Amino acid sequence: MVYFAQQALNALQLGSIYALIALGYTMVYGVLVMINFAHGDIFMMGAFTCLVAALFLKLPFAGALVFTMGITALMGMAVERIAYRPLRNAPRMSAVITALGVGLFLENATLAISPYPQRVPALLKNTTWNFGGLAVSSVQMVIVGLSIALMIALDLLVRRSLWGLAMRAISWDRDIVPLMGVPVARVVSTTFAIGGGLGGAAGVMYAMAYPVIDPSMGILVGWKAFISAVVGGIGNIRGAMLGGFILGGTEIFVAAFLPSTYRDFVGFTLLLCLLIVRPHGILGTPSLEKV
Amino acid sequence: MNMLIRKISLAVVAAGVLALPSCGKKPASPDIKIGLIAELTGDIPAVGTSCRNAAKMAVDEINNAGGILIDGKKHGLGLVVEDSSAKADQAAAAAQKLINQDEVLAIIGPNASLGAIPAAQIAESAKVLLITPWSTNPKTTLDNDGNPKKYVVRACFTDSLQGKVLAKFAKEYMHASKAGVLYDVASEAPKGQAELFKKDFEADGGKVVAFETYTTGDKDFSAQLTKIKAAGPDIVLLPSYYSDVPLQLQQAHRLGLTVPFLGSDTWSSPEIIKLAGADAEGAYFCNHYSPSAKNEITGRFVVSYKKLYGQEPDDVAALTYDSFNVLRKAIAAGGKLDRQSVRDALSKIGVHEGVTGKISYPSGSGDPVKGAVMMQVKDGKFLWITNVDPM
Repeated sequence: MVYFAQQALNALQLGSIYALIALGYTMVYGVLVMINFAHGDIFMMGAFTCLVAALFLKLPFAGALVFTMGITALMGMAVERIAYRPLRNAPRMSAVITALGVGLFLENATLAISPYPQRVPALLKNTTWNFGGLAVSSVQMVIVGLSIALMIALDLLVRRSLWGLAMRAISWDRDIVPLMGVPVARVVSTTFAIGGGLGGAAGVMYAMAYPVIDPSMGILVGWKAFISAVVGGIGNIRGAMLGGFILGGTEIFVAAFLPSTYRDFVGFTLLLCLLIVRPHGILGTPSLEKV
Repeated sequence: MNMLIRKISLAVVAAGVLALPSCGKKPASPDIKIGLIAELTGDIPAVGTSCRNAAKMAVDEINNAGGILIDGKKHGLGLVVEDSSAKADQAAAAAQKLINQDEVLAIIGPNASLGAIPAAQIAESAKVLLITPWSTNPKTTLDNDGNPKKYVVRACFTDSLQGKVLAKFAKEYMHASKAGVLYDVASEAPKGQAELFKKDFEADGGKVVAFETYTTGDKDFSAQLTKIKAAGPDIVLLPSYYSDVPLQLQQAHRLGLTVPFLGSDTWSSPEIIKLAGADAEGAYFCNHYSPSAKNEITGRFVVSYKKLYGQEPDDVAALTYDSFNVLRKAIAAGGKLDRQSVRDALSKIGVHEGVTGKISYPSGSGDPVKGAVMMQVKDGKFLWITNVDPM
């Protein structure tokens, strides 16, 4: 029982990081029907920005989090402005390729500065509590708590605010909405800023949980988050969160109860089966247009 | 990107070779091309950097001392550096390029077994001598039928020996009877070490209570570590590279797993202390040499390396340095600048007194007979604990 609870906690921590990154993929897809493959690398830049904030600016945890989210939000906007907006009316494949290019650029730019894995200093003092064999760490609690808070805030923003309404309207019909006076360019820009900010927040959490970071860390985690978004139903915000926790849970529990060599094999087979039953993801809605 | 790094490193090496004439003697002109395959980017750049540093230093020393005398003519060594990115395919491509395009006389590297095994296959079929400084996996010097390769040798001990050393140390020094293991199933050296440790530890009456795996690139080991903790081992073996070990140690401590940790020679980079901080304190690992060893050759090497690069040489640096000196002797003993003579001369060089101990290739096998040392991380430094003779 303690064993199960411990693994559930592990799954919650991993799942909340996947979910935070998956949100960035799903938001951009929801609004522009485009897969922003550079998002995994924005997440990586988030972890490195956190390192800079901690080492050179000596910011405390809250400061580093806000600083990083601000920087990655700007990066998200810049990427959209430079790489995607000029291609808004080009074939969709062009934008996908540009996205991959931006990702490679960010990775290799970081690699050129330093190929060495870096240690991020602990911004949070860690305490591990022991409840009858169940080890609960304060860092774990902060990560899970903050991730869930950010997800709820985003869900409220998209469902309740005027900007959220505009985003949902654009995803509904991008040609008609400008006629109603919605500033499409600005709303899209904001979407990328929010996505980038969440990616940055995920980078900070990740750097707290797994404090050795390197320039290629965004690739694998990015892909896993993308899979989470697809499983949950890409374009759907609650789906992305659900998908993140499902993927994190599968990874942990398969390794916990089967030989760990089977982890990815069993995990991804389960996800494939799920997609066969629900091709649009768990909460996704069928549409005729796909990349 | 890799091309860029490659070009920069070439330029650096070239500049180093050109800017030599500091000693009284006239340095030999670098006309013998030697290929170096190092992990300059990828997961373990510290390994590649140490390798390149030591290679440059060894080549400069050899050339400054007048090079290698063949038929009354002095020949110097010239380095051609290739980056393997610590990947199997790039290591193979680098070996192809060095053999066919650069037409090198012999190759040193790669270091990680993952790249050394494919590169060794290519060198073997092209009949070019390849010396890997650091690849400990038995497969590197064996062909597919399990017979020794003819053109591939190593400067280090093998994992079969290391498995025995680790099992013996766990048993006799740490008094462990139950061990847990967590290893990368997709990386040759760690996988071999884990399996051979298990074999030797259990042959001796011990029990491996948890034998868990992950794949390269994983950062979350919480599920496996929770499982290991539940199995209640006396010690945990983590035969992983320095990019993974810090995360494993830290997650183990957060999960309340407080037993002593044991590592293999994959730990030897000082980066591990920088990345793991206090989490590495008290852990033991197996190594090829100790920089604090009291012998003249090691002492001289450590002093000159420190003077050049401002840090203590790790085992990759020491083994690379030894590889170059073994190669120098083989070229001189062969007396001809062709690939076959160099290979044939290798078994004639006798015992080479190297930085990492005595090296010789008596029976034509590519695996030298060597001992190992056990080290401990103490107060942020590597501390020598004991020499272990596996026999």
